[in-house]
Amino acid sequence: MVERRPWLDFLAHAILIVGLIIVAFPLYVTFIASTQTAQEVANAPMSLLPGSHMVENYLTAITSGGSGASPVGRMLWVSLVMALSIAIGKILISIVSAYAVVYFRFPGRQLCFWMIFITLMLPVEVRIAPTYQVVADLHMLNSYAGLALPLIASATATFLFRQFFLTVPDELVEAARIDGAGPMRFFYDVLLPLSKTSIAALFVIQFIYGWNQYLWPLLITTKENMYPIVVGIRRMVAGGDDVTQWNITMATTILAMIPPALVVILMQKWFVQGLVDTEK
Amino acid sequence: MATLSFKNVKKTYAGNIAVIHGIDMEIADGEFIVIVGPSGCGKSTLMRMVAGLEAITSGEIQIDGATVNDLEPADRDIAMVFQNYALYPHMSVFDNMAYGLKLRKLPKEEIKKRVGDAAEILELSKLLDRRPRALSGGQRQRVAMGRAIVREPKVFLFDEPLSNLDAKLRVAMRLEILKLHRRLRTTSLYVTHDQVEAMTLAHRMIVMNQGVPEQIGTPVEVFEKPASVFVASFIGSPPMNLIQVKVAGDGTMQTLEGSLPLDIPPTDVPPSVRGRKVILGLRPEYMILNTRGLSAEIEMIETLGSEQLVHCRYGHDQMIVRCTTRQLTEAPLQPGSRLDIGPDGRHPMHWFEIDSGKRVANL
Repeated sequence: MVERRPWLDFLAHAILIVGLIIVAFPLYVTFIASTQTAQEVANAPMSLLPGSHMVENYLTAITSGGSGASPVGRMLWVSLVMALSIAIGKILISIVSAYAVVYFRFPGRQLCFWMIFITLMLPVEVRIAPTYQVVADLHMLNSYAGLALPLIASATATFLFRQFFLTVPDELVEAARIDGAGPMRFFYDVLLPLSKTSIAALFVIQFIYGWNQYLWPLLITTKENMYPIVVGIRRMVAGGDDVTQWNITMATTILAMIPPALVVILMQKWFVQGLVDTEK
Repeated sequence: MATLSFKNVKKTYAGNIAVIHGIDMEIADGEFIVIVGPSGCGKSTLMRMVAGLEAITSGEIQIDGATVNDLEPADRDIAMVFQNYALYPHMSVFDNMAYGLKLRKLPKEEIKKRVGDAAEILELSKLLDRRPRALSGGQRQRVAMGRAIVREPKVFLFDEPLSNLDAKLRVAMRLEILKLHRRLRTTSLYVTHDQVEAMTLAHRMIVMNQGVPEQIGTPVEVFEKPASVFVASFIGSPPMNLIQVKVAGDGTMQTLEGSLPLDIPPTDVPPSVRGRKVILGLRPEYMILNTRGLSAEIEMIETLGSEQLVHCRYGHDQMIVRCTTRQLTEAPLQPGSRLDIGPDGRHPMHWFEIDSGKRVANL
């Protein structure tokens, strides 16, 4: 904005603050609930001041888990393995397929690209039944492979890398050819370093995507020790006879938020560096 | 150090679009050859065929007598400097120059020495740790040349290397390239659309037009004896004046359009053009004012500094005469007035066939 008007500043800040409260308040309540006893949480209205049972609740969550769930540590581990495999797998596969589609002239190249592109229209939820059948037939139920593999194929990431590769000048490819770099060397020495920032961005997005998966893990895991944390939290909200231990559940939720938050914060540094460090 | 030869080299793209119609040429060891022509004439394609970046449709390209048609660019022992430099953005200047050598598995010391030497020649020694983006255009261009030098190739290829630089830097880099070539004596092929670059750098130049080499010769030959109307109008600034004329059997002339008289001494008109319709070519720098010839109307005067260009109209024909500024300050000219202009009589006139545009043979 060119003009500076005090009331405009005020309005902008007001909107931002309201937005922040809307986002942050539930998080705050979650945290408060995780520091109180089950009884205190159940009171209406619930106190909005931190309680005195924080350490106790978190220890319970980590060691034994709330009602109807395994300890948080195991679930976090399962989620972490799943999210990492999905993020890394997606990046590996899509960067290689984008490389093939952009830099190699082979029969059916356009066809391949469009086939990848069309899968955008088929997210997991749409193809969930046949995918389940395939995974079950391959005896991959209750396994890390079963959790991650079907989610790895990614048209979005392929498309993103393709768009990036198209912006790399042809002369660079030719210079590399004259320097004697074969296709693999060119990919490894030139394309990969140039894609660093795209890779970082995709990693963050895909890690969170993997971490937040709910429907698919719910379907293919039947053993408690293979539940990722999102499924685990849902199971802690007990049905039937058990009473939900809201304080433990909330502690688990807070713990579940830490890894993705860490990934965002750590990778953000990379991002910003990448953005400032524009290499072109 | 190598020779380079083209044997009836042709290039046709899919759909039978011919872009190069057959080139034959022998380039001697250490020669600096400039390919010049308007955009789309196939000059870059020709160079890219030498580099191995474009397939050769038919014919042969030989480096040092060995046919390289089917060799990968890396195996042809050439080095190329690109128009937009094509430096690896994520590598330091040193790594940019060393990359090709690393891939050839040269020993580390050797790489260091070669890059160091090249950096010395190109005055890049202090910049070796920088990334390309931290360099100015001229420095990037030098890195690109450094990358070519360290390879110690048989042939250097330059693809319009100076066209991304500003005018002043271009002149400076032109001289640097000239010095560099004098020092390394590597056979070089240089593509440009800038005739001044071509004239100053070339030992011999190839003037290309629509995939055909119109003329191959030294800059002086090309300037003094253009082989066709195209070469005549392309080389030289301002371009040669070309007038279509009817020559009578006795050597008197009229313009073809408008039938205006041209008073040129019949002794200067060679017998081979008498009684024919031809194109007469007169260089603006070899024309003088206030002489016998034709009486043209002054349209405008363009000031270049020490020289001025007088644009004239004679019936349907446009003409330019180049004068010194001093000459015009002594006798000022007014646009709209008439002026007697003609050849200076000391330099030969040029005659071209109307149909083919070729220079009239056997003058």
